[in-house]
Amino acid sequence: MTEAMKTAQIAFTVNGEAVEASVPVRRNLVDFLRNDLELTGSHVGCEHGVCGACTVLVDGAIMRGCLMLAVQADGCEIETIEGADESGRIAALQTAFHRRNALQCGFCTPAMLLTAAALLEQNGTPTRDEVRDYLSGNFCRCTGYQAIVDAVMDVAEAGV
Amino acid sequence: MNFQAPIGLPLPRDRAKRLLAGRGQYVDDIQLPRMLHLAFVRSPYPHARIQSIDVTEAAAMPGVVRVVAEKDLADVTASWRGKHDLFPNLKAPEHHVLARGVARWQGEAVAAVVARTRAEAEDAAEQVIVDWEELPAVVEAEDALDAAAPLVHEEFGDNLAFSAEVTHGDTEAAFQDAHLVIERSFRFNRHTGVSLEPRGLIADYDPASVSLTVHQSHQTPHQQQDLYARLLDIPEQNVRVICPDVGGAFGLKHHLYPDELAACAVSKLLGRPVKYIADRLESFLADIHCRDHSVTARMAFTTEGDIIGMEVDDLFHAGAYSQYPRSSIAEGNQIIRLCGIPYRHEHYRAAVRMAYLNKSVLGHIRSVGHPIACAATEQLVDLGARQLGLDPVAIRRRAYLSDEDFPTTSPGGIALERLSFHGCLDRALERIDVEAFRREQSQLRTQGIHRGIGFATFVDLTAIGPEYYGEGGQHISAQETCLLRLEASGGIRCYTGATDQGQGIDTGIQQVVAGAIGTRVEDVKVNSGDSELCPVGGGSWGSRGAALAGEAALRAGRELRLNILNIAGVLLQKSAESLDIRESEVVDASSGASQMTLAEVAEVGHFRPYMVPDDVSADLTVTGRYASRDRMFLPANGLHVAILDVDTDTGLIAFQRYLVVHDCGRVLNPLLVEEQIRGGVVQGIGGAVYEEFIYDQAGYLCNGTLADYLVPMAAEMPDIEVEHLETPTTTSELGAKGAGEAGTTGAMGAVLNAVNDALTPFDVTLSEVPLTPPRILRALGKI
Repeated sequence: MTEAMKTAQIAFTVNGEAVEASVPVRRNLVDFLRNDLELTGSHVGCEHGVCGACTVLVDGAIMRGCLMLAVQADGCEIETIEGADESGRIAALQTAFHRRNALQCGFCTPAMLLTAAALLEQNGTPTRDEVRDYLSGNFCRCTGYQAIVDAVMDVAEAGV
Repeated sequence: MNFQAPIGLPLPRDRAKRLLAGRGQYVDDIQLPRMLHLAFVRSPYPHARIQSIDVTEAAAMPGVVRVVAEKDLADVTASWRGKHDLFPNLKAPEHHVLARGVARWQGEAVAAVVARTRAEAEDAAEQVIVDWEELPAVVEAEDALDAAAPLVHEEFGDNLAFSAEVTHGDTEAAFQDAHLVIERSFRFNRHTGVSLEPRGLIADYDPASVSLTVHQSHQTPHQQQDLYARLLDIPEQNVRVICPDVGGAFGLKHHLYPDELAACAVSKLLGRPVKYIADRLESFLADIHCRDHSVTARMAFTTEGDIIGMEVDDLFHAGAYSQYPRSSIAEGNQIIRLCGIPYRHEHYRAAVRMAYLNKSVLGHIRSVGHPIACAATEQLVDLGARQLGLDPVAIRRRAYLSDEDFPTTSPGGIALERLSFHGCLDRALERIDVEAFRREQSQLRTQGIHRGIGFATFVDLTAIGPEYYGEGGQHISAQETCLLRLEASGGIRCYTGATDQGQGIDTGIQQVVAGAIGTRVEDVKVNSGDSELCPVGGGSWGSRGAALAGEAALRAGRELRLNILNIAGVLLQKSAESLDIRESEVVDASSGASQMTLAEVAEVGHFRPYMVPDDVSADLTVTGRYASRDRMFLPANGLHVAILDVDTDTGLIAFQRYLVVHDCGRVLNPLLVEEQIRGGVVQGIGGAVYEEFIYDQAGYLCNGTLADYLVPMAAEMPDIEVEHLETPTTTSELGAKGAGEAGTTGAMGAVLNAVNDALTPFDVTLSEVPLTPPRILRALGKI
């Protein structure tokens, strides 16, 4: 068997549901989530950890889904935008993003929301500069970022 | 003309809610039964002859279904030439789906592997053995025009692809008479659109029905339908192009790309769905690039600061081919028509030369040519002011075309209807106290802080009319159609030929339809991006949606409104003129009293049509069409003001303030227009400060990843203040002009002028973008 063909058995939790699968060892986490589990809300923008579009939560921490192999997630708890949406935990951010038009094409948006939620969990009263710094690993080509910062500040100021 | 709400309201977008929930559907999210994946073998050389291609080993790799080279697709798809009949001296070479015989740029696809998965296709692509004979490469435009240069296309005998000149008045005399002449050589380096979602498509050919369905991340579904039908010889009525959610486009997704056509051809060859999604390296290598211009410009001034003449020479290149279907001339061709355009001057000469060379194709990206014309003009104005002892505001105040000058035709040949240069400057000065800024600037200089202010006045040629591509011989629609259907329950389906990659034109059209009919905005659902379901239109490019598709929607809405009132009039035994539609109800026009619901009207229209006499117009499915006449463009205008600090030790730029005063005529939705401006400004700042493709002297791309091709990120970007003036065009009823490119158009000039203003004490002038730290430090003599 060539390296490319090798598979491994993994078991983890995705959005609260148990998943067991045999995956090629070379498949990265975001490709596994998107192509095998059809969780297409996580996006692939650069495949080398720069653009941030593939951001998911692994055991509660935001991670680049393109820099992690699916086999490395064995035993972990994964949350994607689908899970965060359905649980309602990012509802205030989603509402603020909508009201501020803090998205255009929407390709960066799921990752932007998960990253913004991670910031607000650590720091409920960020300054605009702190929001900009925290989001500076997520590329958005459409908005120019200001509306995103506005939306995050709205949620922080409302204290929800 | 007054328009009722919701036209003009700052409404958020319906479509955004799906995207916020992770429920968007981009093309790579779609999986079809029996779908195969494509990976390309691309030329590692800028210029090389293909001696042979050996696919034996690749074809035997796991999961591989087929390996194809150019000869395998020669009978499946035709070739093309990126010409433009308005410019018959443009030499456009024959362009094939995969390189035929010679690869002319690093990254040009020469073979493709079709396999069960993308990973398997990539594995096998590595095993395709190409026997290359490296050829001498031409990598700079100036070298390309040397008589001894190697030929990119032997059929032409030289590498000059296109040249043009525009003249008005007598520049020679004007420059002789001038009190002051300022001349600069500018360099605008090469960048691209960098949509976060790369290009991609699924081509699904069905041999049983001789039909092709393409799901594609693209701006112009009807254009692609026409191209695929012609090039692949499939009856056009059997070709359907669906643009699902598109993850950013910015002009780079309104072209025909050989690799995308290859996916369609392979699908036709195999009779199975084929997916191709560009990865990031492929995007940087093979997406259309823009800029890469060397401009020399001179401006002649009187003692008082009037501008009397301007001369411009632009040298650029198309890369190895002319893009299709629009051709690659427009960036240079816009520059020679747009320089100096905000200013009253009589004498003008501008010339452009476009070369072919061994790099990937250059063409149309957001704000074609405009940022270059704006930056060159505005820097000369600032330098002239400095020499004349005027401040940048005073010279503009003096030299702008005034409101009384309109309508006029610019020396570059652009018809200008009504623009608001003075109004924009007035509004900017209400927001920015320039005298206070100058005091602050001097005071900061004593602390070693170098703050500058830069103004950039721009004209944006929006909403192109049908004459440009119609006369050019290209099948590119500049007219728009809107189809409306009143459902039996009273809701309205709207189908537009415009497309929405996030700009929000769907919402703008929704507002126009609701306002024209008198319904609640939530009762209108807009559908776009499907060449089979949507009426013919041009999609989205060149800041056209609001001006063209908005006008078509207005016409359709007016007609549906009349038909609804006709039916209601019959049912109520009242004249249609005595009735109105408000908040989705038919009301008495004078008292406002509710008469019946739209559902009651629709119920009769759909199921009891016999209640309405035949001579009463009562269609509940209507179309509105709009094509402009006798105008090439719909010019919009505005002013950018950048305030920033230049760190003279590190060469880094820190933005302090950014203001755009913008006039795009009637604003359909200020929230969305402002966001277009902000996004455009940041993209423009990218080109001004960060973004640049770096090639080595042999023509090899050195920065093909997002880690070393820098884009603007949140931490460095300023908040951007946006002000609107509204000077509606009188050529349409709605009066909207385009807004999508205005942010990008002015940013480069404003940033360049601000940096040079900041560096005034050092007596240096930078005229090359992006303004990277090494360039700034070199200018300061620090490195």
